[in-house]
Amino acid sequence: MSVITIERKVLEKNEQIAARNRQIFQEHGIFVLNLVSSPGAGKTSILEKTFQELRDELNIAVVEGDVQTDLDAQRVARYGVPVIQIVTSGGCHLEATLVQDAVGNLDLKELDILFIENVGNLVCPANYDLGEALKVVVLSTTEGDDKPLKYPAMFLNSSVLLINKTDLIPYVNCDLNRLRNNALQINPSLRIFEISCFTGAGIPEWCNWLRKKEV
Amino acid sequence: MRALPPTWNTLCGKLAFADMHELGIAENILQIVRQSVPEGQTAAVRRIKLRVGKLSGVVAESLDFCFGVMIGDTDMNRAGLDIEDVPVTSKCRECGNAFATDDFAFSCPACGGNSIEVVSGRELEIVEIELADESGEQI
Repeated sequence: MSVITIERKVLEKNEQIAARNRQIFQEHGIFVLNLVSSPGAGKTSILEKTFQELRDELNIAVVEGDVQTDLDAQRVARYGVPVIQIVTSGGCHLEATLVQDAVGNLDLKELDILFIENVGNLVCPANYDLGEALKVVVLSTTEGDDKPLKYPAMFLNSSVLLINKTDLIPYVNCDLNRLRNNALQINPSLRIFEISCFTGAGIPEWCNWLRKKEV
Repeated sequence: MRALPPTWNTLCGKLAFADMHELGIAENILQIVRQSVPEGQTAAVRRIKLRVGKLSGVVAESLDFCFGVMIGDTDMNRAGLDIEDVPVTSKCRECGNAFATDDFAFSCPACGGNSIEVVSGRELEIVEIELADESGEQI
């Protein structure tokens, strides 16, 4: 038997492309957010609310990732926001090379903010760098307050937590304090916003944060 | 070498559970191994040693299964994965204390500090590749 020692990262190719994406985003001064959550947590609804608040003052574009259909791209396009849909055809997460191709179809010159809406999945998207400035994890109250403990990598690797569907708190078995504490146990530096896309609560605070970060 | 499941039904069923994720990872591993082994020697690959951190999101059993499917009837079909699990450890930026973090509680047990650096647990690396000697076993 002979042994070849190589010490190579399995995802090295993704990391190289992500670094290239990040450089392009920085050169153009674009604030890029990678939106992650389980399916149905409200990523697209949050984008819609965000456009309503910010589209007159900031140039926003979206890359949509889904396993199938361009339904989300259609929703986003209604707001006059440039959108590129990636269909992964079964793939459970976006990879840097898909984002690289998608971004090639966007006019980056005038852009302030780019949202990358990842495939709905609380597991694998945590480990694929796309070149974003930061990850924003969305957790809805209907999913339960234990999810940060069950999917720690996602909450550890994210910088912002949006707790969505707070209007449903009276009807679901979710303790907001426990949810916050569980999330902060995994990642004490998480910035947390409590929002409801249904009532609009918390959306102005989230958008104010975006305004400040973008500058 | 592990035998493949007996029927396509079982195979598809297992693949569905195994998740596309590990299939992609297995593909990356195969690519890197093919790049790293001297030309003409891929059939001699017997063992691929990996380091897989608890935060990497990879399930060792699924990866092993997907890898078996990927190498199927290729020239590398006598290769197997040797997976070392890497626990999560962290270091406090405030007091320098290093501690095991397998409970995912990222605050310092010594000083209570919240500024924590993850030292290990994110690994997903190929460490080494073992080849059968040409003079030894038949390839």
